[in-house]
Amino acid sequence: MLMYETKNNHKILDFDVIKIRNDFPILNQKIYGKPLVYFDNAATTQKPRLVIETINKLHSEYNSNVHRGVHYLGEEMTKMYEEARERVRKFINAKKTSEIIFTKGTTDSINLAAFSFGEAYIKEGDEIIVSEMEHHSNIVPWQMLCQRKKAKIKVIPFNDRDELLLDEYKKLIGPKTKLVAIVHVSNSLGTINPVKEIVTIAHEKGIPVLIDGTQAIQHEPLDVQDIDCDFYAFSGHKIYGPTGIGVLYGKERWLKEMPPYQGGGEMIEEVTFEKTIYTELPLKFEAGTPNYIGAIGLGVALDYLTSIGMEKIRNYEKKLLEYGTEKLMKIKGLTLYGTAENKVSIFSFLLENIPAYDTGIILDKKGIAVRVGHHCTQPIWDHYGVDGSVRASLAFYNTIEEIDYFCESLKEIQKMFK
Amino acid sequence: MTINEIQEEIIKEFENFKDWMEKYNYLSKLGKSLPAMNEKYKTEENIIKGCQVKTWFHSRFENGKLFFEVDSKSPLIRGIISLLIRIFSGQKPEDIKNVDLYFIDKIGLRGEFSPLKANSLFKLVNQIKAEAEFYESKQ
Repeated sequence: MLMYETKNNHKILDFDVIKIRNDFPILNQKIYGKPLVYFDNAATTQKPRLVIETINKLHSEYNSNVHRGVHYLGEEMTKMYEEARERVRKFINAKKTSEIIFTKGTTDSINLAAFSFGEAYIKEGDEIIVSEMEHHSNIVPWQMLCQRKKAKIKVIPFNDRDELLLDEYKKLIGPKTKLVAIVHVSNSLGTINPVKEIVTIAHEKGIPVLIDGTQAIQHEPLDVQDIDCDFYAFSGHKIYGPTGIGVLYGKERWLKEMPPYQGGGEMIEEVTFEKTIYTELPLKFEAGTPNYIGAIGLGVALDYLTSIGMEKIRNYEKKLLEYGTEKLMKIKGLTLYGTAENKVSIFSFLLENIPAYDTGIILDKKGIAVRVGHHCTQPIWDHYGVDGSVRASLAFYNTIEEIDYFCESLKEIQKMFK
Repeated sequence: MTINEIQEEIIKEFENFKDWMEKYNYLSKLGKSLPAMNEKYKTEENIIKGCQVKTWFHSRFENGKLFFEVDSKSPLIRGIISLLIRIFSGQKPEDIKNVDLYFIDKIGLRGEFSPLKANSLFKLVNQIKAEAEFYESKQ
């Protein structure tokens, strides 16, 4: 069994992070002469060699359009594309592959759901529930729908421990509520929301639930049937896959009734100038040439994660979270945002009297990549009355030593601005 | 002093610094000593759009010369602002309009600031130049 041991005697058994880091070519480089510390994983994750090589191989040896050619390459590519769909199904434990729709990413998935679900079920005066913790991509598409249909948005607030107020949520549900759209894990605070409970509460009144899983799926095992959500959206690039590919999972009963989002090739059965008959699921929602190489790359990324084990990844990241929280809390003049009991390895914070922006600039010069600003969640920062934060978001290839270096750097910044 | 004389003076000041850390330290010190902007000018219209950190800009034209007041929530940006104000405030529109800001490259600001950060800097410079053109055309 391989072991990871640090100077601080932090032994993280059964998880060989050094070996894992070797799977990610980008990590092995210097920025301004300092080893890269990549703490911006909530923005995008790095790609394992396997994914990079697969994409390269597909472009060099297999490229051909899917679901069209009668020729060898076209059939091979189609087979791999549909296998990728099966890999996604298995990873999230959906019932059927027809419930897996490939999109450009979470934003595209939610826009698809908002448009098509809205067309089918939303009328004037109806209500959609979101939370104060949403990423803008789970607010704006619903606002656009509400404008179109003269519907309303209701918002679940969160408390100062950064946890959603479920009692308030229950009060918001009424006869006009048509959908609940909720974030699984907050990209700014790291809070893991009790989505299963949220779904159960909505289902008692027969209301479907969409979950924005962008920041959840890379951190812990996912079972959409267990959660029983009606829709689940996520992006490939946040789960070690390529950019430009994402997924919308939807229960067949909804997807069948919902009209297509976009029209074009691939999604039709028959077209005349009088009318068009749409094809079956999931292709009904995949107009035009899909990002098949991205989809296959995503499938490979999911396989890679499965080979490591999502449970192991969760446990290791929890260790990083505990260690990092303890160290950051010891820094005087540092305010941590996101202190929920149940959270992922995201540290959002501000140093007293030092704007997030300045902290980010100096960290950058030390080779540390973080994000600064509002992280596309302005309502969260309105809640706290600040402009935003510094966000360090860690992945399973990050280390205890990196956290130590990060904390030392923060102390240096404090000295510098004194 | 002319714009170029001031640029030369700044370049000389920065020659003493060994590394970026010392330059940043100096910039943040300059930022702290930059006089605070009059609160009445900190309005929505005076915010420079597209800057990562809230930055306000106000100018006035007196006796053929332009004077600037700029403020930002970031000490580092304030540091850069103080350099620009030193160069531009009190100069004639025609001198500002045709300026070649070579000090930026000479003191390593461009190389050591990522494009995003440099972007804020150039937004500010563009705004200053636009004011100069406006007042020159009115003269």
